[in-house]
Amino acid sequence: MTDFYAIDSALSEEERAVRDSVHRFVDERVLPIIGDCYVEGRFPRDLVPELASLGVFGANLPEEYGCAGLNNVSYGLIMQELERGDSGVRSFASVQGALVMYPIFAFGSDEQKRAYLPKMASGDIIGCFGLTEPDYGSNPAGMLTMARAQPDGSWVLNGAKMWITNGSTAQVAVVWAKTNGDTDERSIRGFVVPTNAPGFTARDQKGKLSLRASDTSELVLQDVHVPADAVLPKSAGLKSPLMCLTQARYGIAWGSVGAAMACYEEAVSYACNRVMFGKPIGAFQLQQARLAEMLTEIVKGQLLTLHLGRLKDAGTMTPQQVSLAKRNNVSMATDVAREARRLLGANGILAEYASMRHMANLESVYTYEGTHDVHTLVLGQAITGLNAFQ
Amino acid sequence: MANTFAFVESRGGELRRVGLEAVTAARQLADATGGGEVHALVIGAPGIAAKSEMIAAHGADVVDAVEHPGLALYSPEVVAATAAARIRAGTYRAAFFSASAQGRDLAPRVAAQLGVALGADITAFEASNDAMVVRHPMNTGKVIATLSITGTPVLLSLRPGAVTATRAPRTARTETIAPAMDPGSARVVPKELLAGNTAKLDLGEAPVIVSGGRGLRAPENFKLVEDLASAFGNAAVGATRAVTDDGWRPHTDQIGQTGRLVSPDLYVACGISGAIQHLAGMRTSKTIVAINKDREAPIFKIADYGVVGDVLEVLPVLTDAVRKAKQSH
Amino acid sequence: MKMAVCIKRAADMETRFKIAANGTSVDETGVKFDIADFDGFAVEAALQLKEKDGAGDVTVISLGPDAVQETLRKALSMGADKAVHLQADVVPADALAIARVLADELKGGGYDLVLFGRMAIDAANQSVGPMAAELLGLPCVSAVSQLTIANGRGTARRELEGAAEILEFPLPAVVTIDEGIARPRLPSLKGIMAAKKKPLEVKPAQVGASRVKITKMELPPERTGGRIIGEGPAAVPELVRLLQTEAKVL
Repeated sequence: MTDFYAIDSALSEEERAVRDSVHRFVDERVLPIIGDCYVEGRFPRDLVPELASLGVFGANLPEEYGCAGLNNVSYGLIMQELERGDSGVRSFASVQGALVMYPIFAFGSDEQKRAYLPKMASGDIIGCFGLTEPDYGSNPAGMLTMARAQPDGSWVLNGAKMWITNGSTAQVAVVWAKTNGDTDERSIRGFVVPTNAPGFTARDQKGKLSLRASDTSELVLQDVHVPADAVLPKSAGLKSPLMCLTQARYGIAWGSVGAAMACYEEAVSYACNRVMFGKPIGAFQLQQARLAEMLTEIVKGQLLTLHLGRLKDAGTMTPQQVSLAKRNNVSMATDVAREARRLLGANGILAEYASMRHMANLESVYTYEGTHDVHTLVLGQAITGLNAFQ
Repeated sequence: MANTFAFVESRGGELRRVGLEAVTAARQLADATGGGEVHALVIGAPGIAAKSEMIAAHGADVVDAVEHPGLALYSPEVVAATAAARIRAGTYRAAFFSASAQGRDLAPRVAAQLGVALGADITAFEASNDAMVVRHPMNTGKVIATLSITGTPVLLSLRPGAVTATRAPRTARTETIAPAMDPGSARVVPKELLAGNTAKLDLGEAPVIVSGGRGLRAPENFKLVEDLASAFGNAAVGATRAVTDDGWRPHTDQIGQTGRLVSPDLYVACGISGAIQHLAGMRTSKTIVAINKDREAPIFKIADYGVVGDVLEVLPVLTDAVRKAKQSH
Repeated sequence: MKMAVCIKRAADMETRFKIAANGTSVDETGVKFDIADFDGFAVEAALQLKEKDGAGDVTVISLGPDAVQETLRKALSMGADKAVHLQADVVPADALAIARVLADELKGGGYDLVLFGRMAIDAANQSVGPMAAELLGLPCVSAVSQLTIANGRGTARRELEGAAEILEFPLPAVVTIDEGIARPRLPSLKGIMAAKKKPLEVKPAQVGASRVKITKMELPPERTGGRIIGEGPAAVPELVRLLQTEAKVL
């Protein structure tokens, strides 16, 4: 494993134990099948019960809800190890934990927490997060989905969501909608919608060339009627779903380092074994330069996320800090994956090797959860105080 | 001038080769330290005493045989108590056992009963002043330790094959002695010996091992490995952890870090990539041949002769060639 | 059933080992450690027996320096109930010295079954378990590849060369566990958290005289390999020729 800067020594024994357990799970259960899943365009659903037993869903949520109650550095290490396997597998865990369990935990009533969290921790209920719309991706404030309160307090939802991970397999969707005709973002609230409700349809998006081992769906809500207690009572305005995104982005900053590590390690092994012109290709200067560059970027990424995790555990982490880490780490991971692919030569285009799969996956990771460019502007605004979004 | 002791392992009324290796080792040590006597002990069902001659032929001056109907199978408590009593009754520089499956159970028991040290699974030994200096592979054979062991006696268990059983005939005093405890009173009771396929050579004894891994693609293809083993005539069939975990072959065929450690004259690795834990089990083989379609497979790094190719295509051709080579011998 | 499992902290055997400057041990810099391979099987075997019974207690015990506490906590995170750390700066090279310390701890523990791994994957003596059994005066079956316990008695299978034997024994007893019984389970994240709250007792170990001393540690001679002699079935004639004339094994 890559630990050039002895970062293990800055982790607690528990954090290392968590990392090692998920690492072993990925080695034994994910890596042997994930290449095939990717080629076939199928999410390895059989792994969901095992991921649940391992305790990966909502791992940083409290034990009283059936979760592991780990700290945020441990949570990050879990995401790192899952994405070392595949971004699609890590996306599943991110959605379940940070985008479904987290909003229920942060904005839900006690009844909702008790009804959903333990079953989501155990994988018995799978959830999805409905924020993005066909015409409103980077600008969720403009969303069209509308929830109208009925005289008896229940709600009727109409709208469409797109690029929804787990959409077609989820039993529950946390849908974000404006309310009662008010198009201002302040009217946005979250709703826990059973996916078998009449009027709710989910359809897989086909033809993806990235995140193929993941279910990505469109959701359509046509007069979907939900009871009064479906609303997340403490949700209030766009900042509620954005808080969820901050959680997920935090995990992604770690996850992308995992993907980069996987590509780097594959490249190192290949470079030391592949012989050309009478010696391993790792003996040639150009390949060494590639590997040195990869290692340097990975180490920087590791240090970034470790400190970010400590800030999160101290309660002082800001969304802008997460933007910096997500932006840097995903971008560097796409570069590492591409360079690894190139080092692998012709073999690098085969699914039997991980680099090109990671390379393709990371393009989605670059784009989702706030595109690279959006995070650039977040930082720009944090630096200057000036809004360059419009 | 010190006497040495050797426990001679037997099974089913026959001496095992490792038992004679122990006698040879004891003879070597006795000769090297002034020419003392070698005292051997063999235990089994009535009739085992007849093997004393063979034991004497390998250098024993005294052969004690214990015969008892209740000792047809290895009864650990009885054998350990008897060996301990016999060793206690003499004065030995060293007492040799085999580091076989039986010996690795027996020797520590005897050592604990006598309160003496045990040098287990040794590949070389010599007397040095008042100590026995031995060599012992550790860390799955990745490091070799030299140990200095003191006490009288020092118990040693020999890695099978570390010493070659050598004839060194002596005129021996032989006697039948009683077991040190009544076999009927043993708490651990041997119930059954399940003989493996007796036509099959054991992995620890076969001069040639032909081994198969995932590259064979399906369990039926192990037939090709078995065919090559038959062509050699003196070969056993091994397997990697991957295929034993998948149930293609029994666990007992597994060669590796936590499986069998083997050191044949020739190891033919068929469709085996060479995972580190597998290499740990066969790295000390004298000659290694590897057949794998992946040129980058780690096994090629330690193979003396590598063939890059589809094992399903190469094996039948190789089997044929080996068979012809053997016939023309 | 009240069970104890004696475990050892051992280096990851996939390491490329280097000899330490003192020439008598392995350099531990950067080496990863974990529960020794066979000991992991023993812990798993004990946990499975506990689960099958629906009741029971598993105590894990380890002799060594403070670092073994992490190893003990790994066993706790797998599901063991309590741990005992027998503190000693150095684990002796003399298996009997180790067995004496362990037997002292186990004696009076009222254990129905004491489990060891067949051997420590590093020291590779395969001696401590049976020695401890002798010192405790308990029946012992070593290198068990199959184990059933019922009504206070056990039945065990041991693999031999080209054969296997079946033995029966009464409890309380000592068994040493071989491969094939169980693969150690992955500690769940909740298990890792729970391990922190389980009792881990530290006691100084009285290590007696060791009559075995490592005087040298060295690497085996490097294997030179890497010779590809040909491709596909066409390589066979050359291979046979080399096996006959050069390696002289045919």
